[in-house]
Amino acid sequence: MKQRAVILNVEDNVATALVDLKSKDGLELKFAGGTITIELNSDIPFGHKFSIANIEHGSQVIKYGEAIGIAKVKIHPGDYVHVHNVESARGRGDLYGGTK
Amino acid sequence: MSFAGYQRQNGTVGTRNYVGIISMVCCANDVAWWISQGVEGCVPFLHSHGCGQTQPDLDLVTRTITSVGWNPNLAAVLLVSLGCESVLVDKIAEGIMQTGKRVEKVIIQKIGGSTRAVAEGCRLARSMVIEVSKLRREDFPDSALMMGVKCGASDTTSGLAANPIAGAACDLLIDHGGSCVFGETTEFIGAEHILAQRAARPEVAQKIRNIVELMEKRAMAMGFDMRGGQPTAGNIAGGLTTIEEKSLGAIVKGGSKPIQEVYEYGERPQGNGLFIVDTPGREPEFLTALAAAGCQVVVFTTGLGAPQGFPFIPVIKVTSNPTTYERLEDHIDMFVEPTINGDSGITQAGEALYQEILAVASGKQTKAEVTGYGNFPNIFTLGPTI
Repeated sequence: MKQRAVILNVEDNVATALVDLKSKDGLELKFAGGTITIELNSDIPFGHKFSIANIEHGSQVIKYGEAIGIAKVKIHPGDYVHVHNVESARGRGDLYGGTK
Repeated sequence: MSFAGYQRQNGTVGTRNYVGIISMVCCANDVAWWISQGVEGCVPFLHSHGCGQTQPDLDLVTRTITSVGWNPNLAAVLLVSLGCESVLVDKIAEGIMQTGKRVEKVIIQKIGGSTRAVAEGCRLARSMVIEVSKLRREDFPDSALMMGVKCGASDTTSGLAANPIAGAACDLLIDHGGSCVFGETTEFIGAEHILAQRAARPEVAQKIRNIVELMEKRAMAMGFDMRGGQPTAGNIAGGLTTIEEKSLGAIVKGGSKPIQEVYEYGERPQGNGLFIVDTPGREPEFLTALAAAGCQVVVFTTGLGAPQGFPFIPVIKVTSNPTTYERLEDHIDMFVEPTINGDSGITQAGEALYQEILAVASGKQTKAEVTGYGNFPNIFTLGPTI
């Protein structure tokens, strides 16, 4: 059965939807780090992200094993992750101070 | 691993065997075009430059046209000059002749107008086509390949599968002793610190940071903050949240090997390994930079569907977007499931792409070649038209 979302790297704290997903959907995701089960708290469109871990306010959002932004609020597993709760360090790698 | 290619006088190997009809200047484009259409086995290289530019740009254009003439896929070259342009046809001819290939020229103002120029150009081109048609493909190791990688019309799927797989193919080629070239400096913004970490030497890391800074400064000089407008509304609607995320998805197309050197636009990388050329992200200019670098084959990943190839280099189009693969089948060569997951999935798909690269290098036609799409390359310049 095809996976409906993908986790790209063992260090990631988000997954990317490969089909349109619905709030309350339960997903079992296999990745290099093992298998995790997540229940979604929002609809997640194809190509968009959801959290697979707790991400504290001010912590890094990790995809591809690297920081892609900073959480503007506390993010829970299954939350939709996008421009409403993540801000860019405007690509300033130095502002992450030692990635991850 | 090997492929079947054409041995060139200077030791390089072509994956195609064309006679290039190269325009020196925008004013000569029509004649170059008519010659290329009047003789089988010819390809045009047209552009918007060659005159009415500052000297630094004229030097850049001269270097680029010369390097384009050096490309191993061109067996022989006809240069088409107007006669009064600022780039010097004799200098470019001398530069290309160093490869050992036959170089001819036609000068429109000297020969007396376009009709006579086309007639003489076709006569010369026909003679060159017959001569180079005697060459046969021979077996060569894949280490003789230099592959270019581009991502264009990207969407979320590009970073999920298509780009990682292109990167896997790059890694394979470099492991086999070949070379890969990527660029599109614009697409590094937000991830340049990651690329810099992979530089083979500290001065290369500094060059990576420098080219990004210069690209941003040029835009800022016009009042445009490149980081401010990124990602675009379209990217955001597609799921990309930050410029870092967008650029990370882009740079994976270059694989994981150390970056050996950073070259300027129009330069030819020396040695083997992974190289960066400083270029914008736009297709006409970037594909020309890959041709100038000496690439004999290009992998071009696309999300929404970029149709073009390049006049004399096979461009393999790869997508992970199932809608694009279905709707734009005229233009897409390979589909990779976006559900490809984990290292083993990427590795296998990378190997499949690598086999396709060798097949295309050996003569298999790409969609862009059979549709004939890609007649409008261009040369990147820095300054104003004057």
